[in-house]
Amino acid sequence: MQQIILKRGLDIPMDGKAELALGSVNRPEVFKIVPDHFAGITPKLDVKVGDKVKAGSPLFHDKTFEAMLFTSPVSGTVQEIVRGDRRKILSINILADAKIEYAKFDVKKADTAEGVKTLLLESGLWPLIMQRPYACIALPNKEPQAIFISTFCSGPLAPDYEWVLKGQGAILQAAVTALSKIATVYVGIKAGAVAPEFRGLKDCILYEVAGAHPAGNPSVQINNIRPMRQGETIWTIGIQNLALIGRLFAKGIVDMQKKVALAGPMAYGRQYYNVLPGMPVSAVLESNYHKEVPCRFIAGNALDGHQVMLDDMMSIYTNLYTVIGEGTDVHEFMGWMFPRFNAFHFGQTDPAKMIVDNCFMKWLFGERKYQWDARLKGGRRAIIVSGEYDKVLPMDIYPEQLIKAMIALNLDKMIELGANEVAPEDFALCEYVCTSKMPLQAIVRQALDTMRKEIE
Amino acid sequence: MEKFYQLWKKFGKNFEQGGKLEKLSSFYDAFDTFLFTPTTTAKKVGAQIHDGSDSKRTMIIVVLALIPCLLFGMFNVGYQHLLATGQLAEGLTCCLWWKALGFGALAIIPFYLVSYIVGLGIEFIVAQIKHEEVAEGYLVTGFILPLILPINTPLWQVAIATAFAVIFAKEVFGGTGYNIFNVALIARAFLFFAYPNSMTGDSCFVRLGSTWGWDGGAAVDGWTGATTLTQLSTGAVTESASFWETVNGLMPGCVGETCVWAILLGAILLLATGVASWKVMVSILATAGITAALFNAFGSDSAIAQYPWYMQLVSGGLLFGAVFMATDPVTGARTECGKWIYGALIGFIVILVRVLNPGYPEGMMLAILLGNAFAPLIDWCVVRKNINKRLKRA
Repeated sequence: MQQIILKRGLDIPMDGKAELALGSVNRPEVFKIVPDHFAGITPKLDVKVGDKVKAGSPLFHDKTFEAMLFTSPVSGTVQEIVRGDRRKILSINILADAKIEYAKFDVKKADTAEGVKTLLLESGLWPLIMQRPYACIALPNKEPQAIFISTFCSGPLAPDYEWVLKGQGAILQAAVTALSKIATVYVGIKAGAVAPEFRGLKDCILYEVAGAHPAGNPSVQINNIRPMRQGETIWTIGIQNLALIGRLFAKGIVDMQKKVALAGPMAYGRQYYNVLPGMPVSAVLESNYHKEVPCRFIAGNALDGHQVMLDDMMSIYTNLYTVIGEGTDVHEFMGWMFPRFNAFHFGQTDPAKMIVDNCFMKWLFGERKYQWDARLKGGRRAIIVSGEYDKVLPMDIYPEQLIKAMIALNLDKMIELGANEVAPEDFALCEYVCTSKMPLQAIVRQALDTMRKEIE
Repeated sequence: MEKFYQLWKKFGKNFEQGGKLEKLSSFYDAFDTFLFTPTTTAKKVGAQIHDGSDSKRTMIIVVLALIPCLLFGMFNVGYQHLLATGQLAEGLTCCLWWKALGFGALAIIPFYLVSYIVGLGIEFIVAQIKHEEVAEGYLVTGFILPLILPINTPLWQVAIATAFAVIFAKEVFGGTGYNIFNVALIARAFLFFAYPNSMTGDSCFVRLGSTWGWDGGAAVDGWTGATTLTQLSTGAVTESASFWETVNGLMPGCVGETCVWAILLGAILLLATGVASWKVMVSILATAGITAALFNAFGSDSAIAQYPWYMQLVSGGLLFGAVFMATDPVTGARTECGKWIYGALIGFIVILVRVLNPGYPEGMMLAILLGNAFAPLIDWCVVRKNINKRLKRA
């Protein structure tokens, strides 16, 4: 098995990992499917109010790729279609049946690459496949040259997928076998992981990855295992999303049920919950966070996730909810000068780090506990310090130069510098360590979207 | 502290849009972020947590690193004054020690006042016009500038040079982070070419006359205020300082550049905190040493060409420049490989200027400015290599 050891990177020492236990969630009566959760598509409705749907029946499709369907996670009746400005579809509300009825899919037809693709498009699970370049939902008109699946996430408080997918080896295998008809499948396993569900996978190339975050990011693994060539397309699928695809190929149904982890220093009930897309975020979070301080809810991890509100709906992509303090109640006097004993510093510019974190003091006081909140802890500046981003991005890329080309939206330069190989999440750590507090992920997202619009 | 915070924020209401003091909002902002870490939180999309270090923390480290040089500089200015006016005939007593420090402090503090009032003043005005926060870059620039000037530079010249450098070397490019050349060195270069009499010669490095009317004097017989490098380049070597004398730095020179120990203290802080690049420092010193050694071995018979390579490294502004000025990340090479090349270029040029150009006894300023000019090209070549590698995959 090929092994890669990544030397650059950073593990964020955040407290509050989810315990390996399953909590219960109140199932809402009405599920609200939000088309905005699927970035880069224009929804066209396939249902009207009053229609009966099954789990797996199409609700809407993409305007550009009409074959790409987006299906219902539950069975029930379409109760309302909420529209906003210029009749934009905000959500499709489905009054759910008490027991989910699944639409049946004919898996036997999917014995060729075309058959697998058609089934994925019909079942509404295609949007789970992401692609490089552009870091968007895979474009159905592009043939992938490889499919990368990372079986672990290395971000702060990442869910333990070995536990989440315990006993689901057959399901994962079904997905991998089906996908291997389209292109070579590469599966990345965390060094030291023992799960037979991952290690026993066939019809794919397994490799091991050792190192700190972002070792679990597919772009990082692609760059180190099989660097992209010009004009290539590579698919990436998250491991829990792969299980959803696996259920389709193993059972012939679309079962979007997922285990999401609730974690973070400001969360109670830190464990896993079985959820379906379309549930309100509050189903998991309500009564599970510290109400005495302003809190921030994050869908995803604290580095590459995004803020959600309690009344937002769950998206199919989310595997983790993190709760941290907002930090607006912290009034730090001259924080830029004094040592910070409770704040994590990546660099060596904090005297507290220099003094307390040397071996002797560590032995005396033990590991430091850090407090986390959403403050920027500084003002936005032009990029000043050099070489910061390189330290946390283990890819053969010059991140700073790439970011500058992206700010200038210089497409040729961007592509030359490797814009095809990256996703915004790869710059999450760079954004974290940036002393100039540059909004790097937003810059990358905008650049990739522009690139896609101009080129495709 | 919470009470003070509330009061301060209430006071801040005056500076908001539509407030009485709206025109001074950048001024308030600068102090606000100085006093309290901003409570601005992460946007909805993007990293939700941020590291504790910010631009202020980075800059303050550089300022702290410069303090040993400043303190020694103050003492040395006074010491040179006492030496030149013959007050040290009976050795350095405790009383004279304090006198030296006091005289030096009185001489140097006005430089700081001028440098910060003019420089920060322009920064505040520009920030107000652009509706941006005041960037911290000038804190360092303003701190370095007096340290690289001869003590006899007239203050009005310092003011003009500061204004010129801040406006034309920084603000026109977009402010801190966008400048091509090191701002403090542009100010020095401006003085060097506009008022050469203030910057070179035998009399500029030691203050003979009084400071604010205190302790005037005349030079004793046989005294010379020329630096070793000046003496070497003009060939008028009266007495050459030994290696340890040069390292200790009790000799004429720009305010902060003479003492190797003070510079090393600063270098240790900069390297331990990772604020400055060790690659640039090592590369400059190694290349300068090798170049000087080559001149020692194969150069002409002139005094400066035969000046031992280890003396070249510790004399003049070479070390100060290598530690504090060439390592400026904004104007230097930004790629890791590029930093080696950038340092090598500076190390080579500085010795070349010293040895081959009799008009300029010291070449560090010109070498770094030239290095600044070439830094983008060096980076371009390094990055090009990565691009070609990517193209070859196809």
